[in-house]
Parts: sequence; C-alpha cells; structure tokens
Amino acid sequence: MSRRPIQPWGAPLVPLLLGLGIAGLAVAQTPTEATTIQQPTSPAGAHEVPQTDLWPLLFVFVLASFIGLGIIRRVSRLLHTPLMSITNAISAIAVVGSIIVAGSDYPTGIRLLGAIALFASMTNIVSGFLITDRMLKMFKTEPRKVQGGKP
Amino acid sequence: MSSSLVQASYLIATALFVFSLHWMNDPKTARRGVFAGVAAMLIAVLSTWAEPVVVHHAWIIVPILLGIAVGWPLALVPLTAVPQRTALSHAFGGLAAGLVGTAKYYLWYGEGPQNLTKFRMIAIIAEIILGYLTFTGSLMAAGKLQEVKWIPQRPVTYRGQNLVNIGALLAAVAIGAWLVVNPATDLAVPLFPVIIGIALLFGVMLIIPIGGADMPTVIAILNAYAGLSAVAMGFVLDNKLLITAGALDGSSGLILSIIMCRAMNRSFTNVLFGAFGQVQQVKPGTEQKLYKAETIEGAAQILEQASLVVVIPGYGMAVAQAQHKVRELYDQLKKRGVTVKFAIHPVAGRMPGHMNVLLAEADIPYTDLVEMDEINPDMPQVDVALVVGANDVVNPAARYDKGCPIYGMPIIDADKARTVFAIKRSKNPGFAGIDNELYFGDKTWMLFGDAKNVIGELVKQLTPGSGMH
Repeated sequence: MSRRPIQPWGAPLVPLLLGLGIAGLAVAQTPTEATTIQQPTSPAGAHEVPQTDLWPLLFVFVLASFIGLGIIRRVSRLLHTPLMSITNAISAIAVVGSIIVAGSDYPTGIRLLGAIALFASMTNIVSGFLITDRMLKMFKTEPRKVQGGKP
Repeated sequence: MSSSLVQASYLIATALFVFSLHWMNDPKTARRGVFAGVAAMLIAVLSTWAEPVVVHHAWIIVPILLGIAVGWPLALVPLTAVPQRTALSHAFGGLAAGLVGTAKYYLWYGEGPQNLTKFRMIAIIAEIILGYLTFTGSLMAAGKLQEVKWIPQRPVTYRGQNLVNIGALLAAVAIGAWLVVNPATDLAVPLFPVIIGIALLFGVMLIIPIGGADMPTVIAILNAYAGLSAVAMGFVLDNKLLITAGALDGSSGLILSIIMCRAMNRSFTNVLFGAFGQVQQVKPGTEQKLYKAETIEGAAQILEQASLVVVIPGYGMAVAQAQHKVRELYDQLKKRGVTVKFAIHPVAGRMPGHMNVLLAEADIPYTDLVEMDEINPDMPQVDVALVVGANDVVNPAARYDKGCPIYGMPIIDADKARTVFAIKRSKNPGFAGIDNELYFGDKTWMLFGDAKNVIGELVKQLTPGSGMH
C-alpha cells in the first residue's frame, strides 16, 4: 500500500462542530438582542449598536476549512516542514487586524497593543515566507555535481 | 480606498492563499506557492493600509521595519533549528491574536458598553484564550527544542496534573462566560486580565509534560491553535479574509497532527495528557543484553559489497549535523553502483517533515527519500539498513511488546534487512527511554560514536586511494 491518504470524513467534522458550537452559543446567548437591533426604527439614539452578522462568517469559516482540509491532504509529505512555515506566514494575516488597531485614531495604549501585534505578525510574514523559499530551493531531483570532481 | 475595493482585494488574496497551498502538493510547483502567498499578503497589507480609518502611518511603518529586522535573521537559522523557529513563530502568531483581542475589548469598553455585544464577547474570549495559550505554549516548546537551560527537557509530571490543567481551562472559560453576559460591569475590568493570566499559565502547563518525541505532534497542534486564533480575530473584526486564511492554517495544523498521531498510533488526548516519554522503570532481573560492535573497516567493506542500502535517519542525525557527511557517503556508494534510499518515518525528528528538509539541504535528490509505508515491503530485500541517529522509529518492540510505551506505533522494518548497522552516540536509551530491541538483534552491528564522525570515517574508507584496498 503506497501513499495512504488521510481519511476524509473525520477531519471535516472538527470545523463543522466548531462552527455549530459557536452558532449554538451565540444564538442561545442572544435571544432578544438580535431582534431588537434589527429594527432600525428603534430610538437607540446616537449610539447605534453595531451588529456583526454571525451566519455569513460561519459559512465562510466552515467552507474555508473544508477547502483547506482538501488541499492540505494532497500536500506532498516531503514538504511538511515548508508547509508548516508557509502556513505560519499565511496565518500572520493577523497583520490586517493589527494595522487597523495600530493606525486608527484610537487611544495610545490601544494603538500600542496593535503596534506590538503588527510587529509580531510582520516578523512571521518575513521569516515565514523567506525560510519556506529557502527550504524549497533545496528540493531537487538531481544531485549537484560532486565538488572537486575526482576522476 | 472604498470598502468594495478592499473587499475585492481581500477576495483576490484569499484565492491566492488557496493556490499557494495547492501548489505545495508537488516540490516542482511549490516555489510558485511562495510567490502566490507573498503576493496575497502584499495585497492584503496595502489595501488595509489604504483604508481611510488608518491615519497614524508612523505607527505602522515602525513596527513593520522592526518586524523585518527581526524576521530576516530568523529566516536564516540553520535548518536543524527550524523546529524552534516554527514554534517561535506560532508564539508570535498567538501573541498578535491575543493583543488585538485585548485591544478591541478595551476599545469597545471605552467607546461604550453597547459595543460589546454577546457575539463579539464570545469571539474576543475565544481569541484571547487561544492566542495567549498558543503564545506561552509555543514559547515553552521553542525553549525545549532549543534546549534552553532553565526549561526542563524531560517531561515534568505530577499527581493530578490533568485535573489542574483542565480545571484551569474550565476556570478561564467560566470567567469568559460570565464576561459574555456581563461585559461592562465594574468587575469586568479586573476579570479580563485574569482570563489572560490563566490562558498564559495554561499554555505553560500544557507543554511542561511533553517530551521531545512528541514535539512533532505538539507543534502541529499549536499550528492549528494559531490558525484558530486568527479565525477568532476574524469573527471579532468581522473580517472574512482573516477567517479564510486562519481556517487554512487551522486545517493544515489539524491534518498534520492527525498524520503525526497516526504515525505514533496515539490519540490527540493521549498526546496532550499522556505525558509520553517518562523514563521507564528498569525491570530488575532482566538479563544483561550484549551489543555487537563492528569496526569502521568492516562496515565499509559490507557497505561496498551491498547492492541496496537504506539509510534510516533520525533526530540524532540532526543533532550531530551529520547530513552532509551522509551525502558524501551517498555519493561514494552511488559511484560504486550501490542503490541508496532514505527511509523517512513521519515522526522522525522534531517536526513534521524535518528529515526531508535536512537531507534536501545536503543536496540529496528528493526522489531518493522514501516514506515508511513505501519502503517497508521492500525491507527484506535490503542488504544493509544503516540507522543514523534514529531509535524509537526502528524499535521492533513496538510490534509485540504491549508493555512498552511505543506499542502499536508503526515502525520502519529495519530488522528485516539482511544486515543492520546502527550508529549510536552512547549506550543510553532513546528519547522514549526504552531499550531498543533492534540493537541486540542477530543481524545488527553497532557503530558507536558521534554520527558525523562515524560516517566521516566510513567515507574515508570508501574514498579511492585512502585506506581501502
């Protein structure tokens, strides 16, 4: 038996259950709020309560996980170390949140937290992509000519 | 930049990330994957930076420059240190998620409690617990891998450890649940840091009982946590790009941990709560077993006359930095028409795929690196199995000895080869603290010494015009 692929049915359960768990929690926790806020006529006044719509985000999360599981399953086992460093770099997408927090007109303390987060993410982006490329360059099908070629 | 433009660029970035990982399925296209990833990241950063809410540009430029200054040298570490670097980078990822979650909580708290909707609070709590526990957990893992002095290498266990750990996590979740219901009371302000503290502590406690042999699995699990904390950040910030990229990272961590667990025949819970790698009590009264040692000259002769040699590398090869000497041996044997293959166990080394990278660094073509499942049926035809710094992954006791901690773990069938040479630094047991049956086998000869020196000597013997006749 060569190249045993990972059983496809077990892993997708994890994001699915996670997603449903979050949904269950959120729905159970917000029975009234969801209905009151969706009425734009409510005299809430100057402070409009921002409401994030849960369901589209959950759909995105669960479907993206499915795509991720499908793709990662096919990644060559040779490349598991570079895979881990490139996903490191990709998960440094937290940079997007950090930029908003560090650069917006917020109190200084909060911007400081954002700036540290931005620094941490940027470190991951730079080192993650660079080292992945460095490692991938080494994977060759033919060995380099033996140096100092003896006859 | 208008908001639909930002969304469009996020969509492009998501697609590029997906392609980036897709191209990793083959070493031939993998480098394209890096370019796609870099392009996606650049698009994401620039379009976010161009958003009108971002006004303090110095606050962005300085951290970015600092990040580059620190990240660049981190990418140049020797490849034997890649596991530490990876763990460290999980720590940075967790820290970023935790800090953004913290910032957002205080921001919304300051702007008015009505901003702290229950949904946002759930997401924030999840983000900070995951983020901070990944931060300290990964720092501990990196410390263990780097063999920092004040971090114990051997697993630290105590009575009731699992109860303490689970209790701490439950406490954090319970406080979190209370905060979700009462996000803005006077009590919430001091309680929020308490969750952070517990999460930080929990990360340390989670890694303390983990031994070196479990590091590949643990790094993969921490990878998944880092991804999930990015997902949670996406929920907090209502940002779909964060969710997709985080989900890709999370699923990668999940798949890798499943592969690692399978390769050790263990479950997730067993890895996290099993305290693998405790030193086994030596059973008194077991008969003294004897190693058979072989000289370098003898070993070189047998290697030269073989037609198929399989090298089985392990963490010991990385420790001794022997991969370049192994390449020289490979060259010498190839020159003599000997077929040389490398048998790679999924958990050999300290992170998934560790051995492949080290051997690729030494310029060994990846077509000669063979997975365990593919090489095992051929092992009886192998003339010489050369074990370089591998131990538990070739221990035949895993097949039958129910009492041994690695029972049931799939192994490379080195014992089925016609001759086995095992290079070993000392006569001490391996990381799992188990005696290796292979070393006492009828067909096994030991080559004691540092892997790099032993192989260097072998190469000298095989090099024409020196020593060998």
